[in-house]
Amino acid sequence: MDLAPYLLLALLEGMVQASVLMLTALGLSLVFGVMRVVNVAHGQFFMLGAVGAWLCAQAIPGPPAIGFAVALIAAPLAVGAIAWAADRAILRRIGYDPEGTIVSTIGLLYILQQSALIGFGPDARAVDPPFSHTLRTPWFGYSSYKLFIVAVAIALVAALWLILRRTRLGLIMRATQFDRETAQNFGIRVDRVYSAVFAVGAMLAAAGGVLVVPNQQAHYLMGTDPLLLSFVVVIVGGLGSLPGTIAAAVLIGLSDGLLSVFFSPTLAAIASTLLVALVLIFRPQGLFGRAAA
Amino acid sequence: MAEVTLLTTRGLCRDFDGLRAVDDVDFTLETGEIHAIIGPNGAGKSTFVSLLSGRLRPTAGRVIFDGRDVTRLPAHARVRLGIAYTFQITNIYTSMSVAENIALAAQSRLSPGLFGRGGVGPRITEATQAAARAVGLTERLNARAGDLAYGHQRLLEIAMGLALSPRLLILDEPTQGLSDAEIAGVTEVVRQLASRATILLIEHNMDVVMALARRITVLDRGAILAQGTPEEIVADPAVQAAYLGDGA
Amino acid sequence: MRSANPRLLLLCAAVVAALFALQFVLSEYLVLTATRILILAIFAMGYNMLMGYTGMLSLGHAMFFAAGVYAAGLSSYYWGLSLPLAFVLGVGASFAVSLVTGLLVLRTQAVAFMIVTLMFAQVTYLTTLQFSDITGGDQGLTLPTGARGFTLMGIAVDLTRDSHRYNLALALFTATLAGLFALTQGRRGRLFAAVRENAGRTEMLGFNTFRIRLVAFVVSGTLSGMSGALYALMFGYIGSAFAGFELSIEALLFTLVGGPGTLLGPLLGTGVMTLLIDRLSGVTSAYLIVVGALLIAVNQWAPAGLLGTLRDRRLPWLK
Repeated sequence: MDLAPYLLLALLEGMVQASVLMLTALGLSLVFGVMRVVNVAHGQFFMLGAVGAWLCAQAIPGPPAIGFAVALIAAPLAVGAIAWAADRAILRRIGYDPEGTIVSTIGLLYILQQSALIGFGPDARAVDPPFSHTLRTPWFGYSSYKLFIVAVAIALVAALWLILRRTRLGLIMRATQFDRETAQNFGIRVDRVYSAVFAVGAMLAAAGGVLVVPNQQAHYLMGTDPLLLSFVVVIVGGLGSLPGTIAAAVLIGLSDGLLSVFFSPTLAAIASTLLVALVLIFRPQGLFGRAAA
Repeated sequence: MAEVTLLTTRGLCRDFDGLRAVDDVDFTLETGEIHAIIGPNGAGKSTFVSLLSGRLRPTAGRVIFDGRDVTRLPAHARVRLGIAYTFQITNIYTSMSVAENIALAAQSRLSPGLFGRGGVGPRITEATQAAARAVGLTERLNARAGDLAYGHQRLLEIAMGLALSPRLLILDEPTQGLSDAEIAGVTEVVRQLASRATILLIEHNMDVVMALARRITVLDRGAILAQGTPEEIVADPAVQAAYLGDGA
Repeated sequence: MRSANPRLLLLCAAVVAALFALQFVLSEYLVLTATRILILAIFAMGYNMLMGYTGMLSLGHAMFFAAGVYAAGLSSYYWGLSLPLAFVLGVGASFAVSLVTGLLVLRTQAVAFMIVTLMFAQVTYLTTLQFSDITGGDQGLTLPTGARGFTLMGIAVDLTRDSHRYNLALALFTATLAGLFALTQGRRGRLFAAVRENAGRTEMLGFNTFRIRLVAFVVSGTLSGMSGALYALMFGYIGSAFAGFELSIEALLFTLVGGPGTLLGPLLGTGVMTLLIDRLSGVTSAYLIVVGALLIAVNQWAPAGLLGTLRDRRLPWLK
């Protein structure tokens, strides 16, 4: 048997998987890094992005590309607004207590998920890809849309990187992450930074959801797997470390793609979850991160 | 003199991120004495006693307590052997009553396990009251520990150490933040304790040190600078230069 | 010997007596609901031992419940084990699972502890799906009706009869309540409270805090598993949902609502929430939205729960 076509397919699928994962996990990592809280509702923002893409596709007539383009901007903005509101209404009021935040975001998880069930219904729904060009390889045809996902994800991450490193906003975020008290003393409105970071984190997940939906249908329960995989990535990459998160997303996405070709996805999920739990127990600073001070 | 030695350290070192906080300390503590450790801020006093109590692990060297090498024993096991430690920063159970705070210490000695023997309740109560009496907190046994005045919290901290009936009581700056009257009280309490336990005292207040200590060890930059009776220490030119001189 | 907390002991006795009397008043359907509440209350009480009394918030207690469900259910289904033996096996399995898990996860604390317990539970859940040939997966397995009765020490118990089920559940609930009373009140209870409030200080008083945590963890996991074994055998069904995230969250919610760190809080929380969820799920399939809203509300406004708030305001002995 010739392995080459399988490997190529696994590699391509892995890259697509890794790009979406990178966006979602970066959102989680950013929130953890700056705010020191774990957002268990993060996967629901991903789901809302996907549902938003479907809504846009339904509401906007004409070629699918237009609806998709609108969705890519509107859905993350809407989700960001929801996250902003949730931060003000819930997280700020409990003072970002780490354990309380987890309990509250579990509550938020249920509220968002069940609201989607009420509004969107229990069925999975497909969205047409904005274009349906097929790339030819010697063995199989491959949707060029999937490669488009990779490109958009890389562009978004590059944009995030520039914002964090080159802009005043990024400087404020990093200052808050580094030392909350001092940032406050320098006149930074830490509460606003937190709301903004929470919103940006959610928007990244939502963008991932929009990108994924022409490839994989929208469903109200689709937020669970991205959440768990993002946990895996963020923990392996070192809690709160953005370069670590990116590296880990590529690693996990690729290996997950490879494993899923050869093993059952459930088995792959069992192995990776168990592995990561053990990482957290025995090497809490992650595989790539440095030892915590 | 071997039979009166309670604790010794041999070549004790502790590094933090490459910085040596405790540097090759050979130290001997005799049974029944009040021994004070003094030194400028950052001299490694707290780190040194943390190595004795087991809150920190040494980078190198050994700790021998009562002829037994305890270097690798965890803190709770050392407490069981009789090394008690009272915290520099008040560390009590604020939501519990004063009596419960002390009773936990007494319980550690009288009924250590979760499934320990029954019938020790009265003895725990008795030990609790005795420790409270020794520091003058009998009136406040039912108060919530978090509601106590700061000076009383310091006394509670000492009472908890006392209720453990330790052989060695390490007091980490017991008079820090107290008024003169309160300091006099604590000094008297410590003097009383000395008949029951060996006391290792970290203290900044030189009046307290001079009033209590039979011997003094001066630490500077993690190493022993001088050791001797209070009179010898005061007369030591190296100590005057390094500590008393520029400190005062 | 004097009781550690006589007023609470009296209240517990009154509650058990009232629960016994309840079966003569309630309709058949409500007796069934009450049976479920009692069994799930054991789960919540186990959860409370760890979360309320010892201060460690687990997000994965469904794994212990599932250990009880599957060990008891599968041994009855495949090997035809008698119900008491299957029950004992279920309890034993959850004891073993919680001991091994505890030795691992107790190296972490706070947020890391929550995430690690969540992940272990997820692994358990996925495992029940992966081996669906054996476990029945999502669909689950229904235990044969022939294996629904047993005779123990001369007492014939028929698990298809409501009153038998109710009294059996009540007996085990009472035993759990008594066991936890002994563990959480007085001198022992003080130790768990000490670890919860200030572990560092407790270590320096000479207590092995890891061991105290481990005891709390294993007691907690084993009680959860006992509840699972009972649930599976009593209602004759096992399925992956018993290992799911939602069940872990229910244990948390029941405890939070009733009052973490109070002996009777989990019973109250389980009762209130089960009745509420039953009522709601008749109205909408999205009943979990209320679970979500309650989690946020309780966490924000009443983190001490119903009985905890009562304890803090009026009745300090209610713990």
